[in-house]
Amino acid sequence: MKLLPLLFVSLGVISAQNTTQSTCRTCHASLGGDLQKPADLIHDDIHIQMGLTCASCHGGDPSNSDMAGAMNPDKGFVGAPERQKIPEFCANCHSDAVFMHRYNPQQRVDQLALYKTSVHGKLLAKGDTAVAVCPDCHSVHNIRSVKDPQAPVYPLNVPQTCGNCHANPQHMAKYGIPTDQLAQYRTSVHWAALKGGDLSAPNCATCHGNHGATPPGVESVARVCGTCHVVFDNLFQASPHRSAFAARGLGGCVVCHSNHAVHAPTLEVLGVGQGAICGRCHKQGDSGYATAQGMRQQIDNLRAALARAESIVNQADQAGMEMSEARLELASANGEYVKSRVQVHSLVLSSVETPVKAGEADAQKAYDMGVAALHERNVRRLGLLVSLLAIGMTLAGLVVGIRRLETKRPG
Amino acid sequence: MWNGVGAWFNDRLDLDSIRRFMAHKRVPVHSGTVWYYLGGITLFLFAIQVVTGVLLLLYYRPTASDAFESVQFITTRVHFGWLIRSIHSWSANLMVLSAMLHMFSTFFLGAYKRPRELTWLSGMALLFLALAFGFSGYLLPWNTLSFFATKVGTESAGSMPLIGPALLKLLRGGNDVTGATLTRFFGFHVAVLPGIATMLILFHLALVQRWGISSPKEDAPTMPFFPNFALREMVAWYGALAILGSLAALFPWELGVKADPFAPAPAGIRPEWYFLAVFYTLKLLPSKVWLFEGELVGIFGLMVGVIFWTLTPFWATHLENQGKRHVVQSIGAIVIGYLVVFSALGYWK
Repeated sequence: MKLLPLLFVSLGVISAQNTTQSTCRTCHASLGGDLQKPADLIHDDIHIQMGLTCASCHGGDPSNSDMAGAMNPDKGFVGAPERQKIPEFCANCHSDAVFMHRYNPQQRVDQLALYKTSVHGKLLAKGDTAVAVCPDCHSVHNIRSVKDPQAPVYPLNVPQTCGNCHANPQHMAKYGIPTDQLAQYRTSVHWAALKGGDLSAPNCATCHGNHGATPPGVESVARVCGTCHVVFDNLFQASPHRSAFAARGLGGCVVCHSNHAVHAPTLEVLGVGQGAICGRCHKQGDSGYATAQGMRQQIDNLRAALARAESIVNQADQAGMEMSEARLELASANGEYVKSRVQVHSLVLSSVETPVKAGEADAQKAYDMGVAALHERNVRRLGLLVSLLAIGMTLAGLVVGIRRLETKRPG
Repeated sequence: MWNGVGAWFNDRLDLDSIRRFMAHKRVPVHSGTVWYYLGGITLFLFAIQVVTGVLLLLYYRPTASDAFESVQFITTRVHFGWLIRSIHSWSANLMVLSAMLHMFSTFFLGAYKRPRELTWLSGMALLFLALAFGFSGYLLPWNTLSFFATKVGTESAGSMPLIGPALLKLLRGGNDVTGATLTRFFGFHVAVLPGIATMLILFHLALVQRWGISSPKEDAPTMPFFPNFALREMVAWYGALAILGSLAALFPWELGVKADPFAPAPAGIRPEWYFLAVFYTLKLLPSKVWLFEGELVGIFGLMVGVIFWTLTPFWATHLENQGKRHVVQSIGAIVIGYLVVFSALGYWK
């Protein structure tokens, strides 16, 4: 029996593709209200653009101008599916590899299977029809390709699409989960990158999954972050924090960086001073306190060395000196600075010290080049002064010579 | 002993005849005499170009992979390399400026008239060569600005009617600005152009010697070329040297960033100052002028203007013979006004 609707729909697809005239859009365009919407929206729908018709999903006889004839259940007409049956309705085609690959050989066909593993799918199976089903994210009758910037599932639009429900306190009230994720996410570096045009930057689906959307558990948070931040994840997994956090039931990265409101980490969060995160758990006397303090001190030293070198190199640059080699040293020192900040995640002081020492050595080289360049500038100016004096004396001699010559032998 | 050596050379080179020639050579004295020094200053700057250019050749490598690094090496490692390079770049610009001023002074003093038409024409050819030296030399450090300026410049040359596409390929050594263009420009800059320039300078100087220095007043008093004018010319050369040295030492010529052919063109890119007027004129034109491409119309118009200006001895003499000297002077003033205003607009906008 389950195969029957599929058969009808498939028949509908075949019959519709062979039909050049469709009465569905003609009639619905004149109905007004909600019944007119499909006719208004359908122009932008990817299915129509790919050559499918209304009957491809809804069945019926689109060639029949009589309403009862066109929407005849005997002709496979299924109308609007019940909300609980929508995933299966869409999956009639989207889970059919042979059918889908006719349109896009790369198209996945596991959306329904994944959906059933998601929180949405599980609650729907229990009869909760308030959870998201396909059209809630993809829209209906104007379903656009994920590559279309106007699609609700286009990477830039995903946060708002999820937020349509998850940021709605009334809608989420019965689930007892927060509704500030979207607001928090929009303060994050991830949103800044996404908004800035980097479509590979994380949106909700990157961490939670899309069709199989589920919140990552405490154990798996670091793994989720680590899919992109590989180096940090490796360092964290080998660090003493891993077991310590696990013992206290704390998620990995989010303890220090938050989850949705991931802000650009400044150096001020490292250490034990005001505004530092380490001091929240570590108290004076414990080894973590000393390590945090030591790491901050090391990196501060490198930062100061870099600032000093940059200042003198800029000064020499402005004096017109060729400083590209010093800039290379500065770039190298900056690279070591970045490495030292990455090594903070190992929570081992000596791991931070290594790049700090290398960075300080590079910064010192750049500083020495700056000093040498400014000295060279002074030598040049002195040389110019001496040359100008010599030229001036020669000019004076020439002028005197010309005057004497012309006094004796006027032109 | 010196007298003996002098006599030995005199017997073989007939130095006495040169001395007699120099003793009789005289220079007119009037309110515009000061403009006579510009030709000498241009020659002096050309000589500096040759000397510093030869010194740069000792280290410069004309390939896309090595050019930038070799100039960087000259600037940072070679003793006084920075000074040689800076003097070469600054004197190139001062030479173009001096040549332009020399041209306009010749124009306003009416020194192009019969029998000096060929002196004017050879001088114009030398000015075009100076611009070609500037254009070809600009690319040689292979930095971002020079790379994209050359790209734009050769594109404009490629828009010329009829010969454009062939000229573009000739200049670039292919369809794009590549290492082949650099090698080609280097060849033009150090071999082809200097060879032609040397011959033209000799021709120009020979004509100046043959017809003497023109005077706007026939009854103007004169002074001996040697030693009076020659000493004054030395004062001018030393003055130019002081200015050149100060510019080179206080404002060393920048090296910039190595050219990356795959990078987008930097914003606000513009050519050297002496091409700014042309650049801005082409920029002002709409994409279509009647049925033709705007750039094509612009280049055609500029070419007509340049040819007209080059033929000054013929049309200006004709006008002056009709008593219309004021028309000639006005045309000169308009040309100067156009160059100054459009260069300024090209620089600031």
